[in-house]
Parts: sequence; structure tokens; C-alpha cells
Amino acid sequence: MKELRKLLIFTVTVGLACALSVACGGGSHSGTQNTIVTSGTNVAPVSVNLGPAASDGFPSVNAAFVSVTVCVPGTSNCKTIDNVLVDTGSSGLRILSSEFSLPLPQQNASDGNPVYECFPFVSGYTWGPVQTADVEIAGEKASSTTIEVIGTSITPPTGCLNFGLPPSNNVDSLRANGILGIGLAAQDCGPGCPTSIYYECPASGSCQGISESLAQQLQNPVTLFATDNNGVIIELPAVPAAGEASVSGSLVFGIGTQSNNGLSGAKVYTADGSGNFTTTLNGTPYSQSFIDSGSNGFFFPSTITQCPRSSNEPGFYCPASTQKLSATNQGANSVSGTVSFSVADAATLFANPNDSAFSDLGGTFSGAFDWGLPFFYGQNVFVAIEGASTPGGPGPYWAY
Amino acid sequence: MSEEHPSSVKSRARAAGTALVLLVAALPVWASLGGDASSVQTDQVHMQGTRQTTTTQSYTVSEIRAATGTVVREYASSTGTVFAIAWHGPWPPDMHQLLGSYFEQYVQAAKAQSAARMGRRPLMIEQPGLVVQSGGHPRAFSGKAYVPEMLPQGVRAEDLR
Repeated sequence: MKELRKLLIFTVTVGLACALSVACGGGSHSGTQNTIVTSGTNVAPVSVNLGPAASDGFPSVNAAFVSVTVCVPGTSNCKTIDNVLVDTGSSGLRILSSEFSLPLPQQNASDGNPVYECFPFVSGYTWGPVQTADVEIAGEKASSTTIEVIGTSITPPTGCLNFGLPPSNNVDSLRANGILGIGLAAQDCGPGCPTSIYYECPASGSCQGISESLAQQLQNPVTLFATDNNGVIIELPAVPAAGEASVSGSLVFGIGTQSNNGLSGAKVYTADGSGNFTTTLNGTPYSQSFIDSGSNGFFFPSTITQCPRSSNEPGFYCPASTQKLSATNQGANSVSGTVSFSVADAATLFANPNDSAFSDLGGTFSGAFDWGLPFFYGQNVFVAIEGASTPGGPGPYWAY
Repeated sequence: MSEEHPSSVKSRARAAGTALVLLVAALPVWASLGGDASSVQTDQVHMQGTRQTTTTQSYTVSEIRAATGTVVREYASSTGTVFAIAWHGPWPPDMHQLLGSYFEQYVQAAKAQSAARMGRRPLMIEQPGLVVQSGGHPRAFSGKAYVPEMLPQGVRAEDLR
């Protein structure tokens, strides 16, 4: 009953947001309104909002959050954790230890020592024990899967610290209560996982890097669902140019497995073995480009004026007037299509501290194009998991 | 272009394991960026990699393919100083090894950037004496680090990849 009420409120909210927004469904992409599915056992509500309070006072920007329920395997001893970042750029579930207290079974190495993971993202790393849980989202369940419990008193080993990244081991640094990795990869590390990612940590002495097998690694939880396990769709409405306080949408599981998750004309762009495709901008092809809901803007090489280094937004673009751009994405399957997008002055966008969603936020990056969350506003984006069978052919691919 | 023979390094390592470990420990192990070109071989051993070198008019590039699948290119000037490093592969490289004496500056700058209004996004560090650009996603990282003051004349940052 409570769930139904939540769903109703959610549906009304989306409808109202669309009615009030001139740009609803228009977006910077296709010009047609995207349909957002709000009911079904394979549908989880997603919210782009300011996120959990961080002590530095900065809100989250372009971060899509979902609620995830974690249970002791085979029991109803569960905890629902909100504000978990929806990340199509990684695979595997990672939750801050501060957000729950459940006796989850610890994964141990062959010699009985507990297994820990140091997982590098681009702007920080997570570190903590690998434990087993049932993971539930919407009506879907991944039974007895491994998750990373972020945050521990065990000191990260040298191999982890040598990435040189800042730790993302609490709410202040992660700016979320966890990360739900539902990307192209079926496992977080993959075949030939190096010894700088997983470690065994004896009760005394230092942690040692181990070669974690595919089966032991964190799995993309979607692959373990009984149905709807070949990929996801992220469905978010368009966001007006000035930004919006919050945005409601859906995370839909499965591609073409139900009446509510068909490809319906979306173009399939396959990814290469590294999870990249080619974006061409101003005649220059960037073959290591990607779509990533966990990045908070459009990041690409450009001569657009950057925000001052001394500002709160160094590295973002701060053009004097909004720049309209066009780029071409091409999949490994040679399918290509043009993307039109805009980049506005980040300092102006951020001037309203109550806004969390910006469709025209961009920043600098060299050598590749990183299509972050703004790419998802106003168009449904399909993410098919490597090796999975779908009506659009086998993953890995993106379709939109 | 010249081919090094990693197998000879490996077999030497096997044949005289202890001796090599002592030798490596005695070398300036943390001396890549800003160090002399001899540190490239140290990196190759550290990464258990194979190496290929290419020489242009203004610099020499040593490409090391690490056992982890990550490819590192080290750019050395004609005077033998490593002025830039670029990498790509499934995981970030050992930045402590590659940045050498610049590692702490990188760590502090990366920390400062994550403290500003950043969220998850590429690292773009531009400081006097050190530029680091790093991006991608798990299973596909890429980036470069260089000392702007050390770039040989005519070499553009875009050329380093």
C-alpha cells in the first residue's frame, strides 16, 4: 500500500514537472518527448537531487540516485539504503558501511583471510571488505552476490595508495551512500584482474594483492536477476537550460523482456572490449569515448573558456554565452548518429544553490568524450550488458 | 625503432632473483617523471612489461606494456630527461612509480580537486610545474602527466598520448 502511494505520488510529480516545464521532453537531443515508464516490477524510481548533505556544503550536481535494499542472504534481515548513485560507468554494488549494520558473510580467500577491494574511479577510490548479500531493487533480486562495503579501519595497502587518488570512503567524499554499478561489464574487474584491485588482509600484517577470479568479483547485479537481466534503461525527463531543483525518472531493468522495456526504435551503438565507442567533434575522432551516468557533465576537449582555477568550479566550462555544439557518435558496429548539445556558463548555473540538475554543464577533458548525466536528460538510454542477448543484438551496447 | 627483450630481463630475474631485487632497490626507483631516461627501465621491471622505443627529432618515446594490460609511454628529451608520461588501459598505472618526486604534488592536487564542487568527473590538474589529465572509467582509464617547463621546443601537449 505504502509502495503504491509512493508510486502514485511519483507519477503525479513527473506529470506535474512536465506540465510546468516548457522544455519537458524537448531536451537538447531529439526534439521528441521521451516516455518515462513509472510502473512495473522492473521499474525503480530515480531522483536527481542535491544528494546527502556533505560537510563542505556543496550539493551533488547531476547525480541520479536510487534506493537499494541489502539483505543477509536468504533472510528478511534487510536494510533499504537511499541516495545510491546510478552509475552506468562501472559494475557492482558498493555501499558505505556507515549506512547499515547487517551481519553479512565475509568473502574469504582460499587461505581463509578476508578479501578486501580497492576500486579506482577517475576521481577517487573506494576501499573495504567484500561481503555477500541479497540485493533487491524494485521487484528484482540478485541472490547471494558480492558487494563492497566501503569504509573500514584496515589501512589501504600500498598498491591501492599508489593510484594517488583521494579516498571516497565516507558521505563527504563519495557524495552518495553508495554506488550502483550497472554498466556494460558483467563483473567489476574482468578477466586478468590485476593484484592492485583485490587484496587479502590477514588479522596481523599487511594486505596482499590477489588475482580475484571472475566468479569471485563483484558482479553487475542485473546479471543475477531471474528475469530482466540483460541490461537497463535510464529514463529521465528533459531539463530546462537554466537548471532544475530536482528531476524524477526511472531505472528500468531488462531490454525487450517486458511490455515496458522495448527498444522501440532506439539506435544501437555497440561498444568495444573496453566499453568505449568513437565520438567525432570538429572532425577529430576520439575512439575512447563513452556514455556514463556517473559523470556529472559533458567532458570533452575544447577551446571553450574554462572557469577560473581559483573558482569553485575549475575545469568546468564558463563561456560568455551558451555554446551550441554538435558531435557524432559511432559504435563499433559502424552505426552513427549526431548529438546536439549545449554548454552554458557553469558559474551561472551553480549560482542557484537549490538546483541539482543541469542539461548544459560541460567541462574539459583530453583525448576522449565523456557523455555524463546531461546526455540522459530527455532521452531514454539503454545499456546492454556484455554477452547478454537482447532484441537489438548482443551487448555490450548503448542505444538511444 | 628498437626492440628490448623483456624475456632476457625475466630470465635474468629468475636466474639471479635476489641479486636483481637488491640492484633495483639500489636504483633511483621513484624517479620517472623528471628523472633521467634510465628510470624507464626501472619502470619496465616494476610493471613486468615489454618495452619498445621510438626516437623522433626532439624526443624518445619508450612504450611499456605492463602485465596488467596498461600501456605506459614515457617521453624523454634529447638530454635524457623524462618530461612526460601517458597511459591507457583497464586500470590506472602505479602513479607513485611513474610520477616519482611529483607524486605528492599530484596527490595533494587530486585531493583539492575532489574537495571543490566536482562530483565524479575527469581529473584535470594544472599547476606550475605539473599537469596531470586523467579520465575514463573502470576497465578503460587514460591520462597523461607532464612538466610544462620541460617540454622540448616544438612539442605540444596534444602530441603526448
